[in-house]
Amino acid sequence: MTTLVGVLSFVAVLALAVILGYLVVKGASSLDWNFFVKNPVPAGQAGGGVANAIVGTVIIVGVAALIGLPIGIGTGLYLAEYGSGRFGWIVRFVADVLNGTPSIVVGIFAWTWLVRPMGHFSALAGSVALAVLMVPMIARTTEEMVRLVPHSLREAALALGYPRWRTSLRIVARTALAGILTSCLVGIARIAGETAPLLFTALGNLNFSSSILQPMQTLSLQVFTYGTGPFDEWHRLAWAAALVLMGLVLLLSLTARWALRSRHGAAR
Amino acid sequence: MDDGSPVAPDRPALVGRNAVDRLYRAALTGLALSLPLLLVALLAELVASAWPAITRFGVRFLWTSVWDPVAGVFGAAPMIFGTLASSLLALLFAVPLALGVAIYLTEFSPKWLRQPVAFLVELLAAIPSVVYGLWGIFVLIPFLRGYVVPPLRGVLGWTPFLQGVFYGNSLLAGGVILAIMIVPYIAAVSREVLLAVPSSQREAALGMGATRWEAVWTAVVPYGRAGLIGAVILGLGRALGETMAVTMLIGNRHDIGLSVLQPAYTMAAAVANEFSEATTNLYLSALFEVGLILFVVTVVVNALARLMIWRVARGTAVGSRAL
Repeated sequence: MTTLVGVLSFVAVLALAVILGYLVVKGASSLDWNFFVKNPVPAGQAGGGVANAIVGTVIIVGVAALIGLPIGIGTGLYLAEYGSGRFGWIVRFVADVLNGTPSIVVGIFAWTWLVRPMGHFSALAGSVALAVLMVPMIARTTEEMVRLVPHSLREAALALGYPRWRTSLRIVARTALAGILTSCLVGIARIAGETAPLLFTALGNLNFSSSILQPMQTLSLQVFTYGTGPFDEWHRLAWAAALVLMGLVLLLSLTARWALRSRHGAAR
Repeated sequence: MDDGSPVAPDRPALVGRNAVDRLYRAALTGLALSLPLLLVALLAELVASAWPAITRFGVRFLWTSVWDPVAGVFGAAPMIFGTLASSLLALLFAVPLALGVAIYLTEFSPKWLRQPVAFLVELLAAIPSVVYGLWGIFVLIPFLRGYVVPPLRGVLGWTPFLQGVFYGNSLLAGGVILAIMIVPYIAAVSREVLLAVPSSQREAALGMGATRWEAVWTAVVPYGRAGLIGAVILGLGRALGETMAVTMLIGNRHDIGLSVLQPAYTMAAAVANEFSEATTNLYLSALFEVGLILFVVTVVVNALARLMIWRVARGTAVGSRAL
């Protein structure tokens, strides 16, 4: 039986290796300068790149982070500092439940709130959808990180006459800064690859666009459109875009891990 | 309500009395309030938008299978069936694998191996859904067609589950990709639950003369049972709502069939595919109702999972170790 569970672990790791391996093998050959700086060409033609999708991903995820991070971090601080009562329990529970909400449902929510009133698809609606996905995640991980701050530190500051808010911001949040940063990076990494909530908010765009009130392309939407399309050229670009997207997500995850490790030693 | 969290006790001496303190607390409370409000707003918005379909079709919506946008007749049974079938199929593959990983990592693996393997398994959770979908189309489906389906048919071809021609996009492909996707979630949470089991449990069993495997199976696993079931339910919640990879692999056909080799449909896939091309208000409203059903089901499933996990590993953010 011991061998069996060992083999099962091996299988799980193997799955990762196979997926990443295919991404590199199929995607790397299409990565060249043009891929990063050119916009898509009409279907059927060779060449072209995904510059519009790369810029779009950065803009949409960046705006989502601007909206989502303050709310998420604030909620996390609340839960860690004041969350011992009934309301704290409710917020914690709702955050965990929202964390499991299908992203497509959040997408139609953003559609009813922003796309329908505005009358057209927009990158902003996509950002809002991603922010909604981000908040519960950031809140819970921030809370965990703030909780790691020793209680004695807080008491020492209060004993020195610091008011509670300064203790919370200057002592507690600052001590947990590396942890909070980690949770932000993980949150951004998770939403950077989201596709479903963008399908009918940001919609996608075959041309270059940097206006957040207009439809915009992202790498994830590009992978979906090209991967399910009929042309070999599209499939080639889809693999390359997937590789870039995966690289971006991995980079964020690994940075997050490294930030935490360097701060807390081998805390985990 | 006490959840055992080590939060600052509200001792009068430590409670701030100045105005900025109150302001700070009010500001944080306001931000925290956004989450419950969001949940209520989500639900209200979905119900309001789905209302025309709800009043028009009633509960019939749940078990009729006609989906005809032209005639304006909608029934969601095939999607509900497909969602449940693909998720259960995924659990069938993922649960043994994930529990195996969790048990191996907490109980048997050499210490130096724990961190790297746990990290690699958790990286599976970081892969975007759409990348799984792409991989599924070009790698998994050819693999299933070439190496899995023919031998499977040879052995079990007489059962109703393996009938019909296998074109690739099917319930089987959707279930397998979902399984790969939910393994890291179930494994990470199970691992936390197993780590939360006191070592006295283990030691007592070993002291009675149990082998290490017997100790795990008779003392550790039963102690964490509620949490482990919670972990599985959490995985189910993920599988039910997963959209992109399934949309790309399951075939998207409004049909109920027993054969896993045939295309099917899920609720999430239907919304993803049809939402932006819904032309009539009733059509759109029907899709909202599908979204509403999906939302309510996942909320219930997740709430159940959290409560069960909290019974064992109290108050921790589930999956936070996946950092």
